[in-house]
Amino acid sequence: MVVFDKPHALADVPLHYCPGCTHGIVHRLVAEVLDELGIEGKAIGVAPVGCSVMAYDYFNCDMIEAAHGRAPAVATGVKRADPDEHIVFTYQGDGDLASIGMAETVHAAARNENITIIFINNAIYGMTGGQMAPTSLPNQVTQTSPYGRDVKACGFPIRVCELLSELDGPEYLERVTVNNVKNIRNAKKAIKKAFQNQIDKKGFSLIEVLSSCPTNWGMTPQKALEWIDEKMIPYYPLGVYKDRSAKEEK
Amino acid sequence: MAKLVFKTDFCKGCGLCVDACPKKLIRLSPDKINMKGHHPAEITDQEACVGCAFCAQMCPDCVIKVER
Repeated sequence: MVVFDKPHALADVPLHYCPGCTHGIVHRLVAEVLDELGIEGKAIGVAPVGCSVMAYDYFNCDMIEAAHGRAPAVATGVKRADPDEHIVFTYQGDGDLASIGMAETVHAAARNENITIIFINNAIYGMTGGQMAPTSLPNQVTQTSPYGRDVKACGFPIRVCELLSELDGPEYLERVTVNNVKNIRNAKKAIKKAFQNQIDKKGFSLIEVLSSCPTNWGMTPQKALEWIDEKMIPYYPLGVYKDRSAKEEK
Repeated sequence: MAKLVFKTDFCKGCGLCVDACPKKLIRLSPDKINMKGHHPAEITDQEACVGCAFCAQMCPDCVIKVER
């Protein structure tokens, strides 16, 4: 009996990500959820600009490539064009969602668009070579902050889940990570709930996944996963930031 | 009995499966090199594997298929 295999919704091609990059894990979780909910045939994904720009090659469902940061806007259009038939999700990095796409993200959340957003937060710009991102931690060394991020000059990191949780719009916001097996299982549960919310027409769900970037952090893959525990989770606490239906049921 | 099947040419030798295995049965092959030029992961003692699939859960590249 096969207990674990590659999900059907994930294409059988090698991923281009660096060794040890957790993008691959999150891709797999999304594909597993598409399989389990039986929505591969009607799902439409929107790929971002960033490391995961070629996500359209990796998912077997229909995919669209959006301009940098505009994935929630494209997803809004697709979902509104056919709200009953299609399940629309975006898969975005922190440079895409929290920087150039912040306006689209906030307004999609404020409008409570019935879409699912998977947000990969690895605290750095990966594809362009490790520049400082809006989510880079204070004193984090990057290509453009070689002496560490100076919060006086560069400001503070943006906590996207907390930011959006202040709005009345969004249905579900949760921050998870994938740095060990337990956290991977929790992440899958969160992603599944985010897709289920959309099927139940509840509205905007965003799952922030703390992810690693061993190449640009300059660490081994193992050390990078430890760094998530040591540095990222204290600044970006895990947990559910908003679950409107659960609150209403109480 | 559990059985692991490795899709060797997809492996990037990151070693996350090596750390994930609770019984420390996986290693990066010291003498093999795959198509990508990495030392791929392999299991040292198939008999001792319990098929928990932790390695497969951790693998970012879906290299490992677990049968039980």
